Amino acid sequence: MTKSILLVGVGGQGTILASKLLTIGLMQSGYDVKMSEIHGMSQRGGSVSSQVRYGKRVESPVIELGGADILISFEKMEALRWLEYLRKDGKAVVNDYQINPMPVVSGVADYSDKIGDELAAKVADITFVKAFDEAMALGNPKVLNIVLLGTIVKMMNLTDIDWNAIIAAEVKKNFIELNQKALARGLELV
Amino acid sequence: MKRLLTGNEAIAHGAWEAGVAFASAYPGTPSSEILANVARYKEIKSEWAPNEKVALEAAIGASLGGVRSIAAMKHVGVNVAADPLFTYAYMGVSGGMVLISADEPGQHSSQNEQDNRWYAVSAKLPMFEPSNSQECRDMLAEAYDISEKYDAPVLMRVTTRICHSKSIVDTSDRKEVAAKPYKKQPEKNLMVPHYARMRRAVVEQRMNDLAEYTEVSPFNYIEKGGKIGVIASGMCYHFAREVFGDDVTYLKLGFTNPLPSGLLAKFYDMVDEVYIIEENDPYIENWVKAQGYSCKGKDTLPPFGEMTPDVIRKAVRGEELPVIDYDRGLVVPRPPTLCAGCPHRGFFYELSKLKNVAISGDIGCYTLGFAPPYNAMDTCLCMGGAFSVAHGMQEAFDHSGQNVRAIGVLGDSTFFHTGINSLMEIAYNGSKAISVILDNRITGMTGHQENPGSGRLLGGDPAPVMKIMDIVKALGFKHVFEVNPNDIKAMKKTFADALALDEASVIVTVWPCPLKRMDEEERGLFGNPFTTRCVVDQDKCIGCKLCIKCGCPALSMNRAIKKAEIDAPQCVGCDVCVQICPKQAIAKEVK
Ligand SMILES: Cc1ncc(C[n+]2csc(CCOP(=O)(O)OP(=O)(O)O)c2C)c(N)n1
Repeated sequence: MTKSILLVGVGGQGTILASKLLTIGLMQSGYDVKMSEIHGMSQRGGSVSSQVRYGKRVESPVIELGGADILISFEKMEALRWLEYLRKDGKAVVNDYQINPMPVVSGVADYSDKIGDELAAKVADITFVKAFDEAMALGNPKVLNIVLLGTIVKMMNLTDIDWNAIIAAEVKKNFIELNQKALARGLELV
Repeated sequence: MKRLLTGNEAIAHGAWEAGVAFASAYPGTPSSEILANVARYKEIKSEWAPNEKVALEAAIGASLGGVRSIAAMKHVGVNVAADPLFTYAYMGVSGGMVLISADEPGQHSSQNEQDNRWYAVSAKLPMFEPSNSQECRDMLAEAYDISEKYDAPVLMRVTTRICHSKSIVDTSDRKEVAAKPYKKQPEKNLMVPHYARMRRAVVEQRMNDLAEYTEVSPFNYIEKGGKIGVIASGMCYHFAREVFGDDVTYLKLGFTNPLPSGLLAKFYDMVDEVYIIEENDPYIENWVKAQGYSCKGKDTLPPFGEMTPDVIRKAVRGEELPVIDYDRGLVVPRPPTLCAGCPHRGFFYELSKLKNVAISGDIGCYTLGFAPPYNAMDTCLCMGGAFSVAHGMQEAFDHSGQNVRAIGVLGDSTFFHTGINSLMEIAYNGSKAISVILDNRITGMTGHQENPGSGRLLGGDPAPVMKIMDIVKALGFKHVFEVNPNDIKAMKKTFADALALDEASVIVTVWPCPLKRMDEEERGLFGNPFTTRCVVDQDKCIGCKLCIKCGCPALSMNRAIKKAEIDAPQCVGCDVCVQICPKQAIAKEVK
C-alpha cells in the first residue's frame, strides 16, 4: 500500500529540507518514492506544502483530498487549512506555534484561539508538540524542521532507517550533530 | 545510478547525458530550475537570456553552429518565442535542438492556462510529453536523436507536477557528441519566400515520416487490462493509474505529435468504453474524435484545472474519499506579501496615495502592489506590457478628455525582457504617461536569477551592468528621475514633480532586494544595507497603527498593550516605518 505524508507550513519554515531528508531515507531503504511541491509565490510568506508518497510502486506524486495518512503541520492554522487532505482516520502532528498571516498582522482578521480545540475535536489521533521551543532548547530555532521530521519517523514506524547517516551526508558539517540531536528529540516527543 | 530528481533536475541531467553543449532560457515558474541545474555541468555553456525569444534564437544559433542545444521557458514564454519557433521548424537543425515548454494546469503561478501542445501542431514540430522524472531523462535522449534524424526542432511539453515532483531516476554518463562542421546552406537556413516555399514541402514530408515513427516509438504503447480503456499522456497517466490501477487498458502516449492512429485503432479493438484523461485542452480527445471514435473526455471531466486522482475519481466514478469536516471560518488566508525590507514597499506606499491615476502594472514581486494595504495597481497583462498599456490608456484619456494620468510600473528584469520596447513606444509616440522602473537589481519573483542589470551571469561570474538610467536617457526622455524608494519623502516629491509635467517622464527607483546575494563592492554601493533593524519605543508609541499601513510583515500590533511591535529577525532596517511614525517612536539599532 502506498503511504502518504503531508508536510505543511509557512514559507521559510524548512519543510523542504525535512521532506528532502525523508525522501532520501525512504529511497535508500528500497521504497519507490515520489514527492511534490508547489513553489513560486510561496516564498513570500505564503502557505506551503510538501507531499511525500512511498510504497512498492507509487503512481501519483500528489496526495488527494482525504488521502494523507499523516499530516505534519509546522504551524497551527496551517493544520486546519490542510485538514481536508487528511484521511478520516489519519494522524496529525501539529507544531503548537503561531505565525500571523498578513490579514491578522494588519488587523483585518483574527487569529482565533479556538484553532487548537477545533483540531483536537476533529482529529482522533493528534499530537501537539512544541517544536520551536525544543529547537530553541537545542540552541537553534531553525532545526524545528528536523524535530518534526523525528516525529514523522516515529509515527510512520520508520525508525529502522539510519537517519543519522542521512543527516551526516546531507547537512553542512557544522550542523550535523545539532540536526541529529533534533531528530532524536523529535522521536521522543510522540 | 539511481537518484531522486525533480523533472527539472532530470531534464538538466538528460541534457548533459545527451551531449548538449549550449543552453539558454528566461526564468518562469515552473521551468526556472532547469537552467539553474544545467549550469552545474561545465560541459554546457549555460546562459540567462533577456527574454524567451532571445533564448530560443540563441539556442537556434548554437544548433546552426553545429552543437546540440536546449532552450527552456514557461508556457507563456513560448508566446514570446513563437516567431523564431515557427520558422526554425522550416529550417531544421544542424545540432539537435529541443525546446522545453513548461505548462501550468491549475495556474499555480501563472496568468493563464494555455495548452502549448497546439504549438507543436501549428508549427509542425515533433513533441514529447514525459510523465515522470525518468521519462524526462529518457525522452530527452530520444528527442535529440529524433531532432537530428528528422531534421526538426523538438518540443518537449512538461507541466508543473512534472517539473516540481521528485521521482527515482536511473541516470548514466555523458555521451559526447561531435560538433557538425559549419556549412553554408542558404536554401535551408535563409528563409526568404523562395526558399521557404521549398522548405514547406520538406516539412510536410517530415510530418509524414514522423507519422511512421509515432506508431513504433517506445514511448507510445498499450498496457493491457480490462475492457475499459484509458488514454493519457504526461502526469495524467500516473493520476489515472492511481485511480484505475491495473483494472483498465491504457493507451499511454509519450510522443504526441503526430499521434499514432494505427495504435489507436488497435487500442479500440481491445476495449468497449474509453476515457481520455487530459489537462488543459481536449488535444488528444479532438484527435480521437476526428478518427471517428467515441469517447468520454471533457464532457465527463472538468474542462480546466489539474486532473488529480480525486478529480478523476469524482468525475468518472462519482466517488469521493471521506474527508474531515471542520470550521473553515477559523482559517485566515495567507496571501503572499512583499518581504520585510522590500524596496517596492516605499514606492507603493506613496503610489497608493495618488488620486486620478490609472496604474498599469506588470509581472514580478511588485505585482503584489495590487493587494491591500496598497491597492495600487489597476491592470496587469503580460511581461513588458506595463508601459505600452499605459501609453494606450493615456492616449484614450487625452483623446476623450478624461482627467486621468496613466502610470506604468515594471521591474528591472521585466524592463530588459520586453519593457524596453514598451518604453520606446512612449518615447516615439510621445504620450504623457509616466513610466516607473523598479530596479531591485535582480529577478526577484522567480527565485533571484541574474539579469543584464544584476552584475552577474548565470553561474555567478561577473558581467557588465547595463545601466537602466543610461538606456532611458539614450531613448531621448527629457525628464528622468532616479530615487531611493525607501526614502518616502523623496518618493512623494518625485511623483509630484512627474505629475506636474505635461509630458512623459521616467522614474527609476534603485535599491537592492534584501534577499539578493551581494559582494563587498555592491554592498558598498548602497552603504552596507540590511545590517540594522528597527525597534519600537513602547513609551512613545501611541498605538495609532499608521506604521501598520505600510504592509510590512515584520510589523504588527500587540493587542494586549495596544502598541506596535517589530519582529527582530525579519526586520532589515529599511526605515519606511521610521519615516511614517508621527511620534518618532521607531528607532534603529545595529543587527
Ligand atoms: C513571458 C513570461 N516570462 C516569464 C514569466 C515569469 N516571471 C514572472 S515575474 C518574473 C520576473 C520579474 O522580475 P523583475 O521584473 O526584476 O521584478 P521583481 O520580481 O524582482 O520585483 C518572471 C520572469 C512570465 N510571467 N511571463
